Amino acid sequence: MTNSPLTPGIAAARLDAEGLSQNFSDLHPPLDGHEALVAADRCYFCHDAPCMTACPTSIDIPLFIRQIATGTPEAAAKTIFDQNILGGMCARVCPTETLCEEVCVREVAEGKPVEIGRLQRFATDTLMTSGTHPYTRAAPTGKRVAVVGAGPAGLAAAHRLAMKGHEVDLYDARKKAGGLNEFGIAAYKTVDGFAAAEVDWLMQIGGISLNLGKSLGQEITLDGLADTHDAVFLGMGLSGVNNLNIPGGDLDGVADAVDFIKDLRQASDLSSLPVGRNVVVIGGGMTAVDAAVQSKLLGAENVTILYRRDRDAMPASRYEQDLAASKGVRLIFNAMPVEILGDGSVTTLVAEYTASGPDGLTGTGETFEIPADEVLKAIGQTLGPVTGLDLVGGKIATSGSGRSSRAGIWAGGDCASGGDDLTVTAVAEGRDAAEDIHLTLMEG
Amino acid sequence: MADLTTDFIGIKSPNPFWLASAPPTDKEYNVRRAFEAGWGGVVWKTLGEAGPPVVNVNGPRYGAIFGADRRLLGLNNIELITDRPLEVNLEEMTRVKKDYPDRALVASLMVPVNEIAWQTILQQVAETGCDGVELNFGCPHGMSERGMGSAVGQVPEYVQQVAEWCKKHTDLPVIVKLTPNIADIRKPAQAAFDGGADAVSLINTINSITSVNLDNFAPEPTIDGKGAHGGYCGPAVKPIALNMVAEIARTQSMPGLPISGIGGITTWRDAAEFMALGAGNVQVCTAAMTYGFKIVQEMISGLSQYMDEKGMASTSELIGRAVPNLSDWQHLNLNHITKARIDPDLCIQCGRCYAACEDTSHQAITMSEDRVFGVDDSECVACNLCVNVCPVEGCITMETLEPGMIDERTDKVVEKDYANWTTHPNNPGSCAAE
Repeated sequence: MTNSPLTPGIAAARLDAEGLSQNFSDLHPPLDGHEALVAADRCYFCHDAPCMTACPTSIDIPLFIRQIATGTPEAAAKTIFDQNILGGMCARVCPTETLCEEVCVREVAEGKPVEIGRLQRFATDTLMTSGTHPYTRAAPTGKRVAVVGAGPAGLAAAHRLAMKGHEVDLYDARKKAGGLNEFGIAAYKTVDGFAAAEVDWLMQIGGISLNLGKSLGQEITLDGLADTHDAVFLGMGLSGVNNLNIPGGDLDGVADAVDFIKDLRQASDLSSLPVGRNVVVIGGGMTAVDAAVQSKLLGAENVTILYRRDRDAMPASRYEQDLAASKGVRLIFNAMPVEILGDGSVTTLVAEYTASGPDGLTGTGETFEIPADEVLKAIGQTLGPVTGLDLVGGKIATSGSGRSSRAGIWAGGDCASGGDDLTVTAVAEGRDAAEDIHLTLMEG
Repeated sequence: MADLTTDFIGIKSPNPFWLASAPPTDKEYNVRRAFEAGWGGVVWKTLGEAGPPVVNVNGPRYGAIFGADRRLLGLNNIELITDRPLEVNLEEMTRVKKDYPDRALVASLMVPVNEIAWQTILQQVAETGCDGVELNFGCPHGMSERGMGSAVGQVPEYVQQVAEWCKKHTDLPVIVKLTPNIADIRKPAQAAFDGGADAVSLINTINSITSVNLDNFAPEPTIDGKGAHGGYCGPAVKPIALNMVAEIARTQSMPGLPISGIGGITTWRDAAEFMALGAGNVQVCTAAMTYGFKIVQEMISGLSQYMDEKGMASTSELIGRAVPNLSDWQHLNLNHITKARIDPDLCIQCGRCYAACEDTSHQAITMSEDRVFGVDDSECVACNLCVNVCPVEGCITMETLEPGMIDERTDKVVEKDYANWTTHPNNPGSCAAE
């Protein structure tokens, strides 16, 4: 090892292989059988359980936990998958601290919720590692549906449609399916190639033909798909990124956090990934936290998250903030970037404190400098080119169960209006749109 | 500090905690360790006749019922009486008693139902210097198939006969250990009393099959694919044992019959409950088998603290204290009316009370859209199920309606006078005083 966290500039292999491997191991190690029984026993089997209401996919959480407690994790998994076919990934990446576990009566009473996420993982892992797929397809309907985007929304929609007996053509712009599960989530949340394994497992339903490297507006068009299919579901997510319109934004070392995460997720050797000695991440969402924490885990000496609003407004949960802090990431609130300095490559980020007043967020005039050889932008993503559909807030306008403004076209997930940009929300929207497509097609 | 010494039928021990006749008391090594740990007495593992000892199975002797985190709630065993030679046990008992003169050492005995056999063994054990004998009429497995153990305990005539023989052939105090595998525990207890026994001890283990292996369909514990019923003990049997102890304690026809309480005693509190219901001392087995001998230290400190807090100077002030309050259903006060009350500050809104009452009881718990739970007094019969299913201790309580208040369920005024079923107008056999 020639490099260290102190190596100036942007460099790879700041940590040795062992350190990297340790840093990128499972954030929440799986429960073993006994731990699962003990964790399951804490569930009170609440009436009309708050956790179930809080789950965007409405998983019957008390039931699946009872099924674990009675030694049938496979049945528990079926309860989960009935509502959420990506229950395995959601068990890993859901911000349970702001969903089911936040409203668990034991969290409210004792500050220690039932470990719903880890129990869900125990159940789903048990079934998925057995190599079986618990669903079969209904009799063929003769209908063909196009699904654009093989991320959480598209996969959920494709699976449900295939199960209903429809033929599904699933398209994705990338060379690999999985969407943000594969390219966009912190590595330590989904280790050992789980995203790809989950896609393979899900595809066992049959009836889904996967077409990779097909980008909407390029290799495929909405009109073309509509002509050749009985329905179209759009779940391609957000392919653009917002720009940082400040001086120095084009210096070397300024990059998009999503690209940084994508490269990291696809890297076969973490020691080949370059990272700055001083990294500044701009933004306050999960992407910002994922990029910042992973920069630190790759060996950056100093990592700072710069967020323009206060802590409470930060989209990343308090749990995520604390995770970042525990890894040594510095969180700066109420400050925005105003200029990036450097000679060819970035050396310094100049920030200005902010205050919110009647005119919204404004700079206070007081500035400070942060040394930076790498600046990662995590300030939001935008919809790629979509024509012929109404948009709202920069996303595809939908009503009901994901119906777009054009008959025969549904949308869900991050590219569609409504809902939080969460994996679990995307799954719910994909599933519900599939149900609506099925009803619509079978009426006709 | 309270005095924990007890005098049970003339057998003195520094505390009321004895180890029951069982594997923990099968040999000198264990018993010495038990006494060092602080146990007040031991009932030595049951001795059989001289000659080749019994043999045990060579597969599992125990099966268990677990709570969460594998907390052992119930234990089942198919072990027999001691499988070591009688002479060895007698020699060891002699040595131990000599070294621990202040501790109780009682010999548990089980021989065939004939007078000579009992006379012989009684003479043999008397030479050890032990403080008394306990007649094992309780073991429900194995030995019962040979006409001993519970096969004797289930026939009051045999119980009385053997008790009489023993009283005739020894000066040692005689305790008769009873089996719970019988319809009315008072019958064998009465037989022991009538036979002159100095005391009874109960309960021995309950006939049981802990579980069934659903892969090979064999009862557990399983020996080479087969299972036989065993004897159940441990925390799960405590309520059954408490009732049997209390039934004997309150029966007038065997007044003052001393009782050594046994059955699931795990903590000082369990012991205190047995004593309050009439046990003069207690015997422990499963708790020691689960956690080791050291638990007696908690039992000693706990009982001592409790007695201090209650101002009790000696165990005699505790023994039998709850017996007068044990009654029959027909004598319970029907004019005592309570209603469930839910403390909104303690409620964690799990809704278990609601589900239980709504689905399985009297539809007396209300639930608002924002999960606030209340009690509908016009439906509440005060069954207590909500209290029992509530995960928060003290969250739901029963409030007693004062005389003069209206019971909204019946629209009747709460009477101040006691009234029970025997005088109730709905009772066809009512003996109302006109």
